[in-house]
Amino acid sequence: MPGLGEIIRESQIWKSVFRHPMPVDRRNRIVVMLTNFFLHLHPVSVKKQGIALSYTWCMGGVTFFLFLVETVTGVLLMFYYRPTVEWAYVDIQMLRDVHSLGILREVHRWAAHAMVITVWLHMYRVFLTGSYKPPREFNWVVGVFLLLLTLLLSFTGYLLPWDQLAVWAITVGSNMARATPVLGHEGPGQQLLTLGGVDMITNASDARFALLGAREVGEETLNRFYILHCIAIPLGVALLLAIHFWRVRKDGGISGPL
Amino acid sequence: MTHGLTEAQFFSMVASFLVPYYLALAAMNGLAALYLWRSGQMQAWCKLPIPGIGSKIEITNSHVWLIVGCAFSVLAAWAGGSAETLSLPESVRDAINNSTGPVIYSVGTTLGLVVLYVFRGFFVKPAIAWAIWNLMWLFLGLSMTDADFYEIVAKPDNVPIVMLVFLLAFFTWLGTSQAVENDKRIARGEPPLEKLNNEKVLVWPDLVYIELICMIALTAFLIFWAIGLPAPLEEAANQAKTPNPSKAPWYFLGLQEMLVYYDPWMAGVVLPSLIVAGLMAIPYLDFNKRGNGYYTIKERKFSYIIFQFGFLEMWVTLIVLGTLLRGPNWNFFGPYEHWDAHKVEALVNVYLSDVFWQGHIPVAPAGSNLLVQIGYIIYREWIGIFLVLGYFIVLPPLMALTIFRKFYQKMGFIRFMVMTNLLLFMASLPIKMVLRWVFNLKYLITIPEYFLNF
Repeated sequence: MPGLGEIIRESQIWKSVFRHPMPVDRRNRIVVMLTNFFLHLHPVSVKKQGIALSYTWCMGGVTFFLFLVETVTGVLLMFYYRPTVEWAYVDIQMLRDVHSLGILREVHRWAAHAMVITVWLHMYRVFLTGSYKPPREFNWVVGVFLLLLTLLLSFTGYLLPWDQLAVWAITVGSNMARATPVLGHEGPGQQLLTLGGVDMITNASDARFALLGAREVGEETLNRFYILHCIAIPLGVALLLAIHFWRVRKDGGISGPL
Repeated sequence: MTHGLTEAQFFSMVASFLVPYYLALAAMNGLAALYLWRSGQMQAWCKLPIPGIGSKIEITNSHVWLIVGCAFSVLAAWAGGSAETLSLPESVRDAINNSTGPVIYSVGTTLGLVVLYVFRGFFVKPAIAWAIWNLMWLFLGLSMTDADFYEIVAKPDNVPIVMLVFLLAFFTWLGTSQAVENDKRIARGEPPLEKLNNEKVLVWPDLVYIELICMIALTAFLIFWAIGLPAPLEEAANQAKTPNPSKAPWYFLGLQEMLVYYDPWMAGVVLPSLIVAGLMAIPYLDFNKRGNGYYTIKERKFSYIIFQFGFLEMWVTLIVLGTLLRGPNWNFFGPYEHWDAHKVEALVNVYLSDVFWQGHIPVAPAGSNLLVQIGYIIYREWIGIFLVLGYFIVLPPLMALTIFRKFYQKMGFIRFMVMTNLLLFMASLPIKMVLRWVFNLKYLITIPEYFLNF
């Protein structure tokens, strides 16, 4: 009499999903890595030291996992949040006081902070082991872009609760753009861009205006940051992540002494 | 009092945090003792004679951490009973408050990191590192009963920074201890530790199970964190009501702290861009082929020191300073000091051109054309312009001829110029800090007409 597990594993449905038997012997442990979509990011085998926790700190993987957590909780939060001055703050209050899924906001926020930290720790490890050296130079550069996008994701998300903390943090942060050389209306060289005696760079056309969509942090900024936070930057991160992981494999896998 | 709590309410809240806190520390030391015992890593540290019998009993590291664990359990009970008595003495806290300031903080952390680096062989020893680790947690625990300290550290968005400090301490130890071990091995002519485990293993099960366990542990950690600490939500946005202090998100507070020493165009735009560009340039500037794929310090001292100076010393310590120690009006407050919005600090900053001309500042005649005006401005600021241009233009060739001669020969002109200019920009922050502390000097070049202050 076959067990239930065996019946399931022998069924046509199961076999159509998983194209190989259980990975319990050497052959199928290799096959599973080659035929499973989610596992095919990995090589079939790695050097033992390359996966030692004392060597890798696991921080790159943790960062990627946190990105996935952010994506899932972020999509769920979008069901409860309207990015308008009228509703943004109220919706966050509702997440705190009314909705039973409100804890998602906490998970989303703390995972975001954690992600900033784990990116730094990942880069710290990569530096300390000299893993940016040839042939991995370009992947380090891709990593720096990912660091930048992680900070921007966190920064744009910071505004969305639309409370005092959010608005003033973004105001302070974006005030810097006012002083961008040449392109900020209070930056050095701002007078250089004139057309027929008319200043091209004013507080309604400078780098800060481009960032905020207005002269002050307001409704336009909320909309702009919402789109950046939920769509534009995550798309960029997804693309760079794909390149980052692909290059890890192409550059010879996890680094190690030659 | 904190969040409008009475003193009794505050201490009962702190106690409800401190009891599990100290219990966790007790468990941590108990587990360490258990690990040393079970893995046969016990070492006798001293022998205590037992009076009357004449025999001696060995005290091992395992015993010591067990005793420390017991001590933490006692602290847990103490915190549950009367948390208000479980704190640093008032006099010690006052002394820390009164002796700290931006200068002591910056110089102190620098010296601390230098000592840690020079004597790293001593500090990475497991017993020493574990003792420091325990002391760090004990210091945090004892400080939490101070209402002013608690208010800043327990602010929800500041919790990640406390975590960052502890994580960095741990991982710096983890990396450095392996580097110290590898450096010893290399000096003996042996390959680094990483080369010992060179056989291949299958990713299924050896790696995918690590990943699965990490994911589960992390999910559990995030859920506990989310339940234990509500995300901050202040009152609704109000453009008319500026909070004091207004702070950027914590990871940008190192940049905001630089605003003390630079104008926004440098602190907020040029220097951050150079940090990003400099990070990207690292693999193309570091021509040292050794130290690829294993922890080492001796084989790549120069790049190691520069990176740690930039990361631990400037990026991280400035974030900690900007987040925890800067209060209203961006004034410095000691860790146990109340954030008093009316604290006044005398600002007596001077500009180099003022000092140079001693009140006889040249001004363009009224009604003169643009070129004459710019000429006068350059004349007014010539000493600062001379110094700054000299710093960025004269120093690199000078370095190529002297201390960095070998670098120049190996790197070629362009790479060398990129590296030295990045280094000079990096070094300009501590230089400007010292100029401020010693001479109250705010700007070397002061051209407010064109928003060009440096």
